[in-house]
Amino acid sequence: MALLQIAEPGMSTAPHEHRLAVGIDLGTTNSLVATVRNGIAVVLNDDHGRALLPSVVRYHADGATSVGYEAQARQGDDPHNTVVSAKRFMGRGLKDIADAATMPYRFVDAPGMVQLKTAAGVKSPVEVSAEILKVLKARAEAALGGELMGAVITVPAYFDDAQRQATKDAARLAGLNVLRLLNEPTAAAIAYGLDNGAEGIYAVYDLGGGTFDISILRLTRGVFEVLATNGDSALGGDDFDRRIYCWVLEQAGLKVIDDHDKALLLAKAREAKEMLTEHPEVKVTAVLSTGEFIDLDLTEAQFNAMTASLVNKTLVPTRRALRDAGLEPADVKGVVMVGGSTRVPRIQAAVGEFFGQTPLTNLDPDRVVALGAAIQANVLAGNRQEDDWLLLDVVPLSLGLETMGGLVEKIIPRNATIPTARAQEFTTFKDGQTAMAVHVVQGERELVADCRSLARFELRGIPPMVAGAARIRVTFQVDADGLLSVSARELSTGVEAHIEVKPSYGLTDDEVARMLRDSYDHAREDMSARQLAELKVDGQRLVEATEIALAENGAELLDAEEREEIENLIAALKKALEGDVPQAIKRATEALNKGTVEFAARRMDLSVKKALTGHKIEELDV
Amino acid sequence: MPHDFSRNHFELFGLPPRFGLDAAALEHAYRGMQAEVHPDRYAHAGEAEKRLSMQWATRVNEAYQTLRRPFERARYLLELQGIHAMDPNNTAMPPDFLMQQMEWREALEEARSGRDLGALQRLEQSLRAVAQALQTELEGLLDERHDYAQAAEVLRKYRFMEKLLAEIDAAYEDIE
Repeated sequence: MALLQIAEPGMSTAPHEHRLAVGIDLGTTNSLVATVRNGIAVVLNDDHGRALLPSVVRYHADGATSVGYEAQARQGDDPHNTVVSAKRFMGRGLKDIADAATMPYRFVDAPGMVQLKTAAGVKSPVEVSAEILKVLKARAEAALGGELMGAVITVPAYFDDAQRQATKDAARLAGLNVLRLLNEPTAAAIAYGLDNGAEGIYAVYDLGGGTFDISILRLTRGVFEVLATNGDSALGGDDFDRRIYCWVLEQAGLKVIDDHDKALLLAKAREAKEMLTEHPEVKVTAVLSTGEFIDLDLTEAQFNAMTASLVNKTLVPTRRALRDAGLEPADVKGVVMVGGSTRVPRIQAAVGEFFGQTPLTNLDPDRVVALGAAIQANVLAGNRQEDDWLLLDVVPLSLGLETMGGLVEKIIPRNATIPTARAQEFTTFKDGQTAMAVHVVQGERELVADCRSLARFELRGIPPMVAGAARIRVTFQVDADGLLSVSARELSTGVEAHIEVKPSYGLTDDEVARMLRDSYDHAREDMSARQLAELKVDGQRLVEATEIALAENGAELLDAEEREEIENLIAALKKALEGDVPQAIKRATEALNKGTVEFAARRMDLSVKKALTGHKIEELDV
Repeated sequence: MPHDFSRNHFELFGLPPRFGLDAAALEHAYRGMQAEVHPDRYAHAGEAEKRLSMQWATRVNEAYQTLRRPFERARYLLELQGIHAMDPNNTAMPPDFLMQQMEWREALEEARSGRDLGALQRLEQSLRAVAQALQTELEGLLDERHDYAQAAEVLRKYRFMEKLLAEIDAAYEDIE
């Protein structure tokens, strides 16, 4: 009789077991978490059966936080400490926030990214977003009954590098393993395309609470290829609310109102906008803290008139994206509408007129992004082996360097398929120059001052030479998350000065570490225990990945000695994982990582060969 | 470094090194290759494989973008022959071609300032025809006659045409 096997608690068993992975739509107004269960993507609800989590975080004086509906309900009476739409501040300085004056927050203008003063101390938008992600992570783990292997987090396609980096940091702070940052319209296209068996050119028009994206994709069997993307990362449903809010102030003859009334009227404005999607006319009523009573009638026609310029503002990027893709509106086979704001009838009509067809609204515009992210997370976690699809996305904004005279030299053009890398050579300007300042910027404009500054660093140790003799190669690499890293080296003398910089928005590693500590202090969680747990998860994951790789190609790609060496490294890591010494686990993980470099290279070569022969066989078939 | 990085772009996709390229075959090969090496295939793999996958996918994208565009493809073919067609020292252009360029530029300026969409479209059409003829000429020089010096000169002309067409695109944007 065969003995039953019992797995050790916490240890993974079979290498091909289902890994828990989720897709998270971290929205300006609402956030959602979804997963693939029994082959079907589903949004995970909270205990009350609600799918949406309002992206609202309230900080209490004792350091505790409330997130979601509970926080939203207190927005009116605690406006300073209740942060809504934190996504608008991600990777942004105070000067980037055009309407800061109409917001009830106490902003602190920190270098790089703005911060907010709350009852629980000064908070970065990264920390606020992390609170939202933590709630969704807990929701998912409760629903799925285990720790998450990883998450796909969606970002607006038009997010620049600073905004993407901020999002990734927020996920890290929330203790999530980020499988991929995925562009929101692309996520929607996956959900839509797989559901509808779509083929051809599709446009995804995504108007969220605070961001607008337009992506043009070509869908063919098994491939989602983004041809061009454009947008406005500071335009969304919030702006429509604000138009109503300003109208209310004007109609009621209000000049000065306090922060409490500001928050109240903004909430009323939003309600009115939502009501107008179903009714031709709505009432806006409120009692202000002064006792003043507001009672106004707002018609759809009035609303359309006051927001017409906002609707037009979305058509400019739409036109540009089509032009970049080399297409006309008539080439587009379908227009997928995403984001709650696309419920506004005037927006649907305007988009319909532009493309000469009725937009597709058969998927819930609030959920489609999270569902697409969940489907992709399931693939990235390795749960599907066959009939996978390929996603080819692009970088939304050109990346370049500052050159003499404050001009931008573009290195990577917008809409380049990622991952991508480009190198450019520069030379010295003065005799004997031994250092060079490298200033990395992102944007389409010619002047540095008009683009976003991503990072500055200095390349030192250039041997003194006459001006123009040194050759400095600067390399830009954009990874599959759309994140940039830059390296520079001097080539002419063989002396190598090499530096690698991750662009940042002013948050140093120390600051991130500080935030991590703060969040653990509050949760009364032991930081070292958390660190140990993370090291163990990483180590376990590597053991698993290596064992699968050995099972697949070990026999054909390794000789007995090589194989034994890797197996010994696996055994050593497994042994370390049984103990609780962080340093030992770290060392053993690094050793296995290093020890498998050659094996990884051979496996990759094999994959490339496979692609080549596969291609040739198909050619012969024709 | 990975072992197979030394292949040229054509070898990478298993295609003959020709200017006259089967666009469908290129796309097919590109997708087949990305399906194997793309980072999405390695999101759950170890560090070494993740890094290699990014390098390979980057390499495959670069090769595809180079071969896909006629200008880049021709320039790359010449580079394989050791000829740097766009070297700043190689700027000689026949005077009649330069004269023609100036006339086209004037026509473009006129259409732009007069906001004359019809004139712009007519100009675009004739420029596209010239660019197309240059492409045909390039194909003959590169693939049949192997006259690389002559091909380099035609390529420089082609470059001029591409720049003009880009300016026409910008002019459309201005007029709209």
